[in-house]
Amino acid sequence: MTSSQVLRPDLAVIAQNVAPGARVLDVGCGDGTLMAALRDGRDCDARGLELEPANVAACVARGLSAIQGDADTDLSFYPDDSFDYAILSQTLQTTKRPDLVMEQLLRIGRRAFVSFPNFAHWRVRLSLLWGGRMPVTRLLPVAWYETPNIHHLTVADFRDFVAQRGIAVEGAWFLEGDALTGAAAANWRAEHAVFLLKRHGD
Amino acid sequence: MSDTSAILPIENPLNAVGATYDLEQPLELDGGQVLHGVRIAYETYGTLNEARDNAILICHATTGDQHVATPHPITGKPGWWSRMVGPGLPIDTDRFYVICPNVLGSCMGTTGPSSLAPDGQPYGPRFPVITIRDMVRAHVLLLKALGVENLYAVIGGSMGGMQALSLSVNWPDMAKRVLVLASTAAMPVQNIAFQELGRQAIMADPHWQGGAYHGTGNSPDAGLAVARMAAHITYLSEASLSEKFGRRLQNREAKSFGFGADFQVESYLRYQGESFTGRFDANSYLYITKAMSYFDLAEGHGEDDLPGRLAEAFKGVNSRFCLVSFDTDWLYPTSESRSIAHALNAAGAPVSFMELSAPFGHDSFLLDVPALDRVIEGFLLR
Repeated sequence: MTSSQVLRPDLAVIAQNVAPGARVLDVGCGDGTLMAALRDGRDCDARGLELEPANVAACVARGLSAIQGDADTDLSFYPDDSFDYAILSQTLQTTKRPDLVMEQLLRIGRRAFVSFPNFAHWRVRLSLLWGGRMPVTRLLPVAWYETPNIHHLTVADFRDFVAQRGIAVEGAWFLEGDALTGAAAANWRAEHAVFLLKRHGD
Repeated sequence: MSDTSAILPIENPLNAVGATYDLEQPLELDGGQVLHGVRIAYETYGTLNEARDNAILICHATTGDQHVATPHPITGKPGWWSRMVGPGLPIDTDRFYVICPNVLGSCMGTTGPSSLAPDGQPYGPRFPVITIRDMVRAHVLLLKALGVENLYAVIGGSMGGMQALSLSVNWPDMAKRVLVLASTAAMPVQNIAFQELGRQAIMADPHWQGGAYHGTGNSPDAGLAVARMAAHITYLSEASLSEKFGRRLQNREAKSFGFGADFQVESYLRYQGESFTGRFDANSYLYITKAMSYFDLAEGHGEDDLPGRLAEAFKGVNSRFCLVSFDTDWLYPTSESRSIAHALNAAGAPVSFMELSAPFGHDSFLLDVPALDRVIEGFLLR
């Protein structure tokens, strides 16, 4: 199986950095693309949580385990430390309370992968600065009135957030297009960020 | 037990329509009693392969039967899941060997209160109270007789879902996949209340005669019809009733100001109640609904006097689970399936769960919901 070839770049980063054989919860797992890659490529026990029943059915048809539910309300049902990794890819900005979802992620999982589009990317800044319009870009492709994204954030916001809460950053990857870019100018240059987090003290 | 597969008609699936199997051993029940000479009526479709690993057990609902994909012998209507079971259908009989037994306590050929006891007289009220696990115990003995040691899957909706869950917990190495539709791990108290209403209607009928009506020429048809009417309402939804009947009148222009069936829904329910008495036994209804009322999978898995913890019950299960609920089902609402999914997750079992949208209420799992077809087909795919 060569599923990593077709993975979205942020998912490919996650798939390459999950320890083989790990227990994984993919929050907002969609049709199970990442879970299938983790199962087939890394021998992981992957579970999914997903809002859309048709996506859950797609996971079931792939022989994956997914539960229909809402990240904002249903993570509280999972016991502490039930997974090696909890993954939230491109979902944080769609939750009602990202801070509470983050808390739950690091309670359920010993580590958490979080990926999100960076609202401080230069193209987004230009769009606002010159056009005075909410940006519609490759990673933020939907107009303001129908976007599922309700809590836009930037790389700098996220760094502040984890620092304030004593969350340790074990790894960070920044994507410009499909290529990795450096951490230094990430808040300006990265379209997309992936963070690997760990509870402080663990 | 001896190899009985040779004497059972598994080679020719046609022979297995209308088949029966007589248990060689007595059946020990949860209630402490023992039933001798139990007969199980069942149907099979497709062929058991040489590896004997393509068998699917289908468990029917409360008043269902073994005629899952063949016409009902009394009503002549198509099998209750003929849209789901057959060649090329989601439960593909070209690929799978499908077994559907009639449950213990029923009246479609499996031993129940209307059957003859060893003394040659109908059991009637002497029939022991049974549980969901007792029904499954009888199923497991039938499977062994058919040469099936392991199931590719067990599938059940409503009461059938309770049986599928019970099998997965009490015979954890039996089924690779467990598919539970519109069901629960413990009978919700509101449903116990509705079932008691139905039982009281039967027992209040003077023709019930303490349950010893078999052979008297009278049976508690009026009580059974009321029980069925009450239950039937719980299987539907406000939306489906409104669409089907609304407040429309039946065969008349104006209200009669009497107690005839003025409204279409009244006429429909009367028809449902009356036609049910032609195909179902009142005592079977009492015993089967009581078995459901008793059902609590977590029972015995708690500390001291505390209620059982479902996750504890699921420790040691060896199956992959898929649970489906319907958004208009108020009898076994989504919260029931979701709590099973969370308990299975807590126990580390692989589980999928989804709520499907359908307008038909609890009965949605029996009706045309294409999304359900896709889920079942997908779950059985790999």
